[in-house]
Amino acid sequence: MRTRFQLTTSSLFGAFGSVAAVIVALLLGAVVISVAGSDPVEAYRALWDGAFVGRRSIGDTLIYTAPLILGGLAFAVAARAGMFNIGIEGQLVVGGFAAALVGAWDFGLPKVIYLPLALVVAAVAGGIWGFIPGFLRAKTGAHEVITTIMLNYLAFRLITYLVLKQDKYLPVSPNNLGTDKVVDAARLPRILDGTRLHAGILIALAAAVLLWFVLYHTTFGYNVRAVGLSRGASAYGGINWGTTIMIAMTLAGAFAGLAGAGESLGLHGRHYTTPPGYGFTSIAVGLVGRNNPLAIILSGLLFGALSAGAPSMQSADVSKEIVLVIQGLIILAVAALEVVRRLPTIRARMAKRTAARGAARSGA
Amino acid sequence: MSDFFTLALLTAVLRMATPLLFASLGGLTSERSGVMNIGLEGMMLTGAFFAVAGTWWTSSAWLGLLVGVLASAVAALIHAIWSITFRGDQIVVGTAINLIAAGLSAFLVQTIWGKAGASDRVETLPNIASGVNILVPIAFVLVPVVHFFLFRTKQGLHIQAAGENPQAAESVGIDVTRYRYVAVIASGIFAGLGGAFLSIGDLSYFTLDMTAGRGFIALAAVIFGGWSPLGALGATLLFGAAQAVQIQAQATPGFPISSDLLVALPYIVTLIAITGLVRARTGPAGLGTHATTS
Repeated sequence: MRTRFQLTTSSLFGAFGSVAAVIVALLLGAVVISVAGSDPVEAYRALWDGAFVGRRSIGDTLIYTAPLILGGLAFAVAARAGMFNIGIEGQLVVGGFAAALVGAWDFGLPKVIYLPLALVVAAVAGGIWGFIPGFLRAKTGAHEVITTIMLNYLAFRLITYLVLKQDKYLPVSPNNLGTDKVVDAARLPRILDGTRLHAGILIALAAAVLLWFVLYHTTFGYNVRAVGLSRGASAYGGINWGTTIMIAMTLAGAFAGLAGAGESLGLHGRHYTTPPGYGFTSIAVGLVGRNNPLAIILSGLLFGALSAGAPSMQSADVSKEIVLVIQGLIILAVAALEVVRRLPTIRARMAKRTAARGAARSGA
Repeated sequence: MSDFFTLALLTAVLRMATPLLFASLGGLTSERSGVMNIGLEGMMLTGAFFAVAGTWWTSSAWLGLLVGVLASAVAALIHAIWSITFRGDQIVVGTAINLIAAGLSAFLVQTIWGKAGASDRVETLPNIASGVNILVPIAFVLVPVVHFFLFRTKQGLHIQAAGENPQAAESVGIDVTRYRYVAVIASGIFAGLGGAFLSIGDLSYFTLDMTAGRGFIALAAVIFGGWSPLGALGATLLFGAAQAVQIQAQATPGFPISSDLLVALPYIVTLIAITGLVRARTGPAGLGTHATTS
C-alpha cells in the first residue's frame, strides 16, 4: 500500500510540475514578446483563437497533434527502457516515405487491404530505422544519441537521393521534391467536414492506449520499465537487457513511422523530402507527458495547439517562431522543477561537498 | 577531370571545414570534461545570429564577432547551469538549447529587420587571401593550442580527470564542477566562432537555420577523430572535402559519384567509427554522468 501511495504522490507532483513548467514558459515567452515591442496578451489571444476557435482551427490543432502524440510515444517507450531517442525525425520520414511509395505505386488493391498495408509498411520501415540504434547499442555499446542523430541525416540524404535520382525505378517525382501522389485507396480518410483533419489522430489515440496497456499490463512492459530503472537489478531478475532495448527501440520507430504515414497518407497525399521537424518537439511532448502514454495525449494536444495557433500570432505582429522558444523554455522549466523536487538531496550533497573540501584543505 | 582539383577546390575544402573544426574543438573540450554537448548546433546558430546583429548595431565586424561569441557563451552557461548544477539530463538540456536558438534567432530576425528568412547585409571580417577569411587560419591555429592545453597543462589534465572519473577526481580535490563549467563555456565560445564564421566570415548576413546541422556533424567529427584535436582536424577536413567535392560535382556533368550520397559520408563513417568496426579509441568514461551519486 505504501509504494502505491508514493507512486500517486510522485505522479501528482509530475502533473503539477508539467503544468507549472508550461505556465512559467508562457510567462517567459510573454516577456520576450513585450521586449520585442508587441503586446503579449494580444499575441496569446491570437494563439488561442488560431488553435481552438472555429472548426478549421480545431482541425489544424488535431492535424498537428496526431504526429506529436505518436512522436511523444516514440520518445517515451525508448525513454522507459533507458534509451534517449533523438532519432524520431529520421524514423518518421523513413516510415512516411515507405508508406507513400507503397501508396503511389498503385497496386490496384481495395481500400480495406491497401490502406492497412501502407500503414504496416510505415510501421515496419520506421521500426527498422529504430531497431538499428537499439541493435548497435545492445551489441556494440554505441551510444544511441549519436547513432540516432547520424541515422536522421542518413535518412534525409537517402530519401533525397532516391527522390531526385531514382525516378526511373520508383514512383517519385523530382519536380515535386517528393513521391508521386498516393492513390485514393491508400489515403487516410478525412474525418471532419470542412477541414483537412484525417484519421491519423485516431491512430495516434489508439497507439497511446495500446502503449499504456503494454507498459503497465504486460510482462514485456514490466521488463521495459525494469531495465530503464536499473539495468543491473533487472539482469539479476533474469531480464535480457539487450533484447528489451532492441524491441523498445523498434516499437519507438514503428510509432514514429506511423506519424510519418499520417503526414504522407493523410495530410499531404505524398511524401516530401523536406523533414517536417516534429522530432525535437516530440521530445518535449514526451518530457511534459512524463513518458506516460495517456498523459502524452494531453501534452501532444498542447504542443499541437501551440503549432497550429502560432501562425495566427502574426496578426499581433509576433513571429510564429516564438513557439519554438516557448517549447525550449518548457523543457528547461521541466528540468528546473525536477531540481525543486530533489532540493533536499541536493542540499545534503552540497553540505557534504563543502565539508569534504574543508577536510581536504585542513589535511593539506 | 584534370581541372577538377584546383586551388578553388582546396579553398572550398578549407571553407567547409572551418565551421566544423571550430565546433568540434568545442565539442571535444566539453566531452573531455564529461558533458555531452548536443547543444553545439544551437550555440553555433546563436553565434551566427548575434555576430550579425552585433555587427549591425556597432558597424564593426570585430565587435560583432565579440557579441556573437559572448551570446554563444551565455547559451553554453545556461547549458552548464542546467546540466551541471541542476543535474538535468545533458541531452534534454542540449535539445532545449537547440530549440530556443532556432526559435529566438528566427523571431529576432523578424523583429529587428522586419522580414522573415534573412537579415540585412552587414560588414564582414577581412579575408587574408581570395576566398579565405581570417577566421580560417585562426581555426587551424587553435588545433595545437587546444591540444597543448588538454594534454600538457594541469588545467587540461584536470578537465580530463573530471570526464574520465568524476568521483575519483573529486576525491583527490579536483573541483569537477568548476572544470566542467570552464569546459562547457569554452565549447560555447568555439561553437560561436564557428557560427560567426558562417554569417560574418563566409557570408555577410544571417539566414534561418544557417548552421543546417553542422553542430551535429561536428559532434560526429569529435567521435570520428577519437576525441582529440588532431583527430578532429582530420575528420573535419575529410567532412569538409566531402561537402566541397559535392558542390563542385553538382556543377560537373557526368561526375561518377552521386553528390547526394557524398554528403552522407560523415554520417556513414561516424556510424562505422562509433560501432567499433574500426577500432577507434572510446570516449571519456564519465561522459554524461554526475560528480557524486547521491
